Amino acid sequence: MKHLLDPMDISVGEIDELLDLADNIIANPERYQEVCRHKKLATLFFEPSTRTRLSFEAAMHELGGDVIGFAGADNSSASKGESVADTVRTVECYADIIAMRHPKEGAATVASQNVDIPIINAGDGGHQHPTQTLTDLLTIRSLKGRLDHLTIGMCGDLKFGRTVHSLIRALSRYSNIKFVFISPKELKVPRYVKEDVLKNNENVTYVQYERLEEIISDLDILYMTRVQRERFFNEEDYIRLRDSYILDAEKMKLAKDDMIVMHPLPRVNEISVEVDKDPRAVYFKQALFGKYVRMALIMTMLGVNA
Amino acid sequence: MLSIDSVERGVVIDHIKAGKAMSIYNYLGLDKLDCAVAIIKNVKSNRMGKKDIIKIENEIETDLEMLGFIDPNITVNIIDGGKIIEKMNLTLPKRVVNIVKCKNPRCITSVEQELPHVFNLTDAERGIYRCAYCEQQAER
Repeated sequence: MKHLLDPMDISVGEIDELLDLADNIIANPERYQEVCRHKKLATLFFEPSTRTRLSFEAAMHELGGDVIGFAGADNSSASKGESVADTVRTVECYADIIAMRHPKEGAATVASQNVDIPIINAGDGGHQHPTQTLTDLLTIRSLKGRLDHLTIGMCGDLKFGRTVHSLIRALSRYSNIKFVFISPKELKVPRYVKEDVLKNNENVTYVQYERLEEIISDLDILYMTRVQRERFFNEEDYIRLRDSYILDAEKMKLAKDDMIVMHPLPRVNEISVEVDKDPRAVYFKQALFGKYVRMALIMTMLGVNA
Repeated sequence: MLSIDSVERGVVIDHIKAGKAMSIYNYLGLDKLDCAVAIIKNVKSNRMGKKDIIKIENEIETDLEMLGFIDPNITVNIIDGGKIIEKMNLTLPKRVVNIVKCKNPRCITSVEQELPHVFNLTDAERGIYRCAYCEQQAER
C-alpha cells in the first residue's frame, strides 16, 4: 500500500494486519512510543476538520514523531492560487508522510500522482474518507470480536452520507452480513451503491425500514448519522419522521443488551445526550479507536516496526 | 446527388451517428490537417436510416481508438490504392484523456485547470466510464 485514497485500496488481508497492529498498540502503547522518532507527518487541511486533524496529530505524537502542517486554506498557499500538486511537491521536501483533507473530490488522488512519499486521504469533499472506515472496522472488531456474522443497522441520511457508503463497501467483503437500512424514503441508500455492492453478493443481504423502533431489537450494531432538515422535500415529512431518527433512552430499551451504538461524530441532536450514559453508546470510544488505527496506518505506510 | 471522390489513400470513418461528424472532426483535431477532408452528413443508410461519414485523403497519426469511447458502432477503414486494406473494429478504450470534461462541480478538475480530464472504463458491459479523480460517470 503506497497511498491510501479509497477504503477499497486495502485488501481484507491488509485490513486484518492493520487492525492486528492497532490491537498491539492498544495493548502495549509504551512499545510504540518512539517508533516514528525523527519522522514528520504533514497534516494539510485545506478545509477545517478539527476532529480528524487532531486524531492524526495525536497518533503521530504518540509514535514519537513530529507534526507540521496547516489547518484551513486561508493559512496555506492555496489561498494564493497554488495548485495541489505544487503544494505537495513542496511539502515532500519537509515531511515523510502526508495526511490531507481537501474540499474537492479527487484532490488526494492528484497529490498521490505528484509525490513519492505516502499520501493518506483524510477526506476529499463528499468522496472518500478511508480512515473513518478503518476506525469503524477497528471499533466493530474490538467491541464485537468479529467483522462477519453481524446485523448492522444504519440509520439517518443514507443517501448523501459517504461514511455509510464506505462502510457498506468495506463490510460487504465479509461473510454473513445483514444490513438494515433505516431512513426516510428521500434519503435511502442510492441505487448505484446497491447495484455496485449489494446485488449479486452472496455475503450480504439488506432490508429497508422507515422507522428505527420497528427493527432496533434485531441489531448487533446501530450506526447513526445525522438527518438534516434541508434534505427533506417537504416540511410535513420532516415533522412526521424526524423523531424516528433520534435515538433516545426509550428506543434503547428495545435494543439488545450487547448492541453497540456508533456515530462518526460530530453529533447534533440525532442521539439524545441521555444515551451517552448507556454502556452500549460507544461513539466516543470510536473516536479513540480512530487514533489507534491511524497510528497503525502511519507505521505501516512509513514501513516502521516496533 | 452530391458526389465526393473516393479516397485513394487515407481513412474513411463510417457509420457515424447522423449529426455527430463535427464533434468527431473536433475530437480528432482534423482542422489541423492540410490534406483534403470531407464531412458528409445525413447520408442514407440501410442500417442506420441516416449516418455521417468523414473521408480523409491522407494517413493520420491520431489515436483512432478513442472513437470507440465516442461510439463503438463507428467503423474505420484504412484505404490504400483505392481499396480497403484494414477495417478497424473499435472497442471501448480502457482510459480516455481530455475527450470529455468532468461535469462534477465538486471535482478537483473544476478548480485546477491544468489537470487532464481522465476517465477510466469501470464497467465494460454497460460502457460506463468514471472520472479518475472523483468517480463521476462520464457524459458523452
